[in-house]
Amino acid sequence: MTLARHLGAALVIAVIVVLLSIQLSAYRDYQLAEVAAYLVAVAGLTVLIGLSGQISIGNGAFMAVGGYASALLLTHLGWNLVLILLASVVVAAAAGAIFGVAAARLRGPYLAGATLMLAVALPTVADQFQHQLGGDQGLSVAITPPGFLGGSFPPTRWQAWVTCAAALITLILLANLNRSRVGRSWRAVRDDEIAASLSGLNVARLKVLAFIISAACAGLGGALLAVVTGIVAPGAYTLTLSIALLTAAVLGGLGTLPGALWGSLVLVLVPTYLTNVGSSHGLSSAASSSVPIAAYGVILIVVMLVFPSGIQGGLRRLFGSATPMPPVLSRRRIPFTALRRPAPGRENQEEGPS
Amino acid sequence: MKRSSRARVAALAGLTAAAVVVAGCSSGGSSGSGGSGSSSSSSKLTASAPGITATTITIGSHQPLTGVAAPGYDEISPASNAYFQYVNSHGGIYGRKIVYKVLNDQYDPTITATDVHQLVLQDNVYAIFNGLGTPTHLAVVKYLNSSKVPDVFVASGCECWNATSTEPETTGWQLDYVREGKILGNYIKQHFAGKKIGYFYQDDEFGQDGVKGLDDEIPKADVVARQSYNPTVTNVAPQVTALKAAGAQVVVSFSVPAFTALLRLNSLKLNFNPQLVVSDVGSDPITLAGLLESFAKQGGATVSGNQLTQGIITDGYLPSLGSASNSWIQLFTKIHSTYLSKLPLDGNVAFGIAVAYTFVQAMFKAGRNPTRQDLINAINSGLPAGPSVAPYAFSASNHDGITGAYMAVVKNGALTPLGPVQVTDTSAGGAVTTYSTSQQAAPASGIPSP
Repeated sequence: MTLARHLGAALVIAVIVVLLSIQLSAYRDYQLAEVAAYLVAVAGLTVLIGLSGQISIGNGAFMAVGGYASALLLTHLGWNLVLILLASVVVAAAAGAIFGVAAARLRGPYLAGATLMLAVALPTVADQFQHQLGGDQGLSVAITPPGFLGGSFPPTRWQAWVTCAAALITLILLANLNRSRVGRSWRAVRDDEIAASLSGLNVARLKVLAFIISAACAGLGGALLAVVTGIVAPGAYTLTLSIALLTAAVLGGLGTLPGALWGSLVLVLVPTYLTNVGSSHGLSSAASSSVPIAAYGVILIVVMLVFPSGIQGGLRRLFGSATPMPPVLSRRRIPFTALRRPAPGRENQEEGPS
Repeated sequence: MKRSSRARVAALAGLTAAAVVVAGCSSGGSSGSGGSGSSSSSSKLTASAPGITATTITIGSHQPLTGVAAPGYDEISPASNAYFQYVNSHGGIYGRKIVYKVLNDQYDPTITATDVHQLVLQDNVYAIFNGLGTPTHLAVVKYLNSSKVPDVFVASGCECWNATSTEPETTGWQLDYVREGKILGNYIKQHFAGKKIGYFYQDDEFGQDGVKGLDDEIPKADVVARQSYNPTVTNVAPQVTALKAAGAQVVVSFSVPAFTALLRLNSLKLNFNPQLVVSDVGSDPITLAGLLESFAKQGGATVSGNQLTQGIITDGYLPSLGSASNSWIQLFTKIHSTYLSKLPLDGNVAFGIAVAYTFVQAMFKAGRNPTRQDLINAINSGLPAGPSVAPYAFSASNHDGITGAYMAVVKNGALTPLGPVQVTDTSAGGAVTTYSTSQQAAPASGIPSP
């Protein structure tokens, strides 16, 4: 039943996206594709944080894994796009599994620290394997629209279709997962691990599973972004990206899929919009290139002060329960649960001298 | 329950649609293409190509205005823009004013891709001009060529911009690193014969092209150490130690300014004093002196930048900033004092003005109402050397820019030429020869004649 409803909604959205992409200018299609690519990654992260209660500052590294996997498969094996995207999901999921198992015993700030290490270390791998990974220059990912669309079909519209389709499929799967037994178990683990394990849930396995799924989403997002921008290079996957993903998830509203959409929109549109505003008000290039960074900080502070549960939470509060949707993923409002430190007493029990 | 779920689905659909509309509308309404209601009665100027109106020519670029590559290089686009302002206030190009839109890519190829898509698709630029950096610009070359957007005078000496059969829209400008390596290598072969040579180079196309040129000239047996660095790792002590251990008496460096400074400071620390020979991009004395002083200060030491750059051997393809009587330097000084007084008059500013001058030359040659192809045709038919001391290689089958340079030594913060201009080609056997034609003076108006 749930699946049917989600599929119906997705179909409606797909039609809207196709119609819109035809109306929009080529550059807006490009931005739409970027938003969809980031949306996949942010959605995976918001599930990890909001549902399973773990935190990752390293999902940018999984995006790199997906991006490089797709570039390598394209250059060396020449697979078709769908296969490449699926393969990058699998590769990133495998990377997530390895890391997830290794980090399964870590929690809160310690887990964050471990993922932080991943975000810092992984991009430099490209420099170690100059020949295979192209060093700082990276690898190019040149994908052209398929022939049946005709030679004059705008490439950016096709990119928007591909990324939006991938994003929709991801969102349907995540929304269903949330309504499934796994989603309920995650929430149980998030709210109280001890109670969950007393009820017979395998806490460690559930946490690793959440990590794998979020890594898989990041991998797909990275592969899509590589297709859109036409390049994978280590400069794109620095710590800044991982933090930007986290910021987008928090800004949008943790644990909600529409929140992931708001977050991705802010991530893509705010910087370009503000650079344009800066330069059209006569600021020098150097000055207007600093405006987005400053504004991003201001937006973050304002949203966190006014809407502690993110943009989606704010919308829900403004319009009451009637208009916008209740949270897809969670019935409770969870302002940044993952960073909530356990009560001091509990912490001592958990991490006391052993 | 059923009811609320259905409402939820509808709401999700609505939300997404709204979001997409937001994506579509934000910052909208900039730059309608070409056909601004030009008063055709008063002028024959037409909107002959994307980015060209009766009154303006809009071009774009990607530059590192913040981030690791910004020190020094962030002066280039303001300097180019200053020259465009000068041309605009002296009649423009056939009456059209140049609008130069620069986006910051932070030297990150992924941002470059986004920036260039914005410039081409949204800002509707006529051409991409002087996009800076080898790794960054490589990210957009294919896109620009498949979109048939002129991609002129890339700010990088990579040999990769010369691919007229596959990438006819892309052209180089500055002396490419292979030629530069050959010219530096030729000088070393003649003046430091029998000495032990060490290489220090950036481990990418930039350094590798340079080494290719050096190896064409310097006997293999003389090279005692080959040390490369990665621009994201600032500790070069291991490389400098290895150069010292190998007993290098001459160190040739294909490095960006920050790493030339690190090489110099690390050598100083090890009491290792080889003769330094540095590629043009990493040897601007003013940029270098500033970096040396600030790095030393971070390490708790005080050094004199000018003293440490003294005696570095390098090459130059623009007239030396020290030669005040040169008409081009006088032009650079005039532009600098009118529009750029906040910046130092250094090699980066000279570069920015000189490359902008070349663009104006090409635009005049492309005609009154040029299409995009007209600009490429104009470059393919060759350009006069202008501010460059050596001729351009530009032709239909060659998109390399400047073909030669003079050797120079740094004295008191400026280049003192060591000999005549040398020219060469990019082939392994091609000889390095002296170019004896003297440079033409800058036009009195400061603007190339149509």
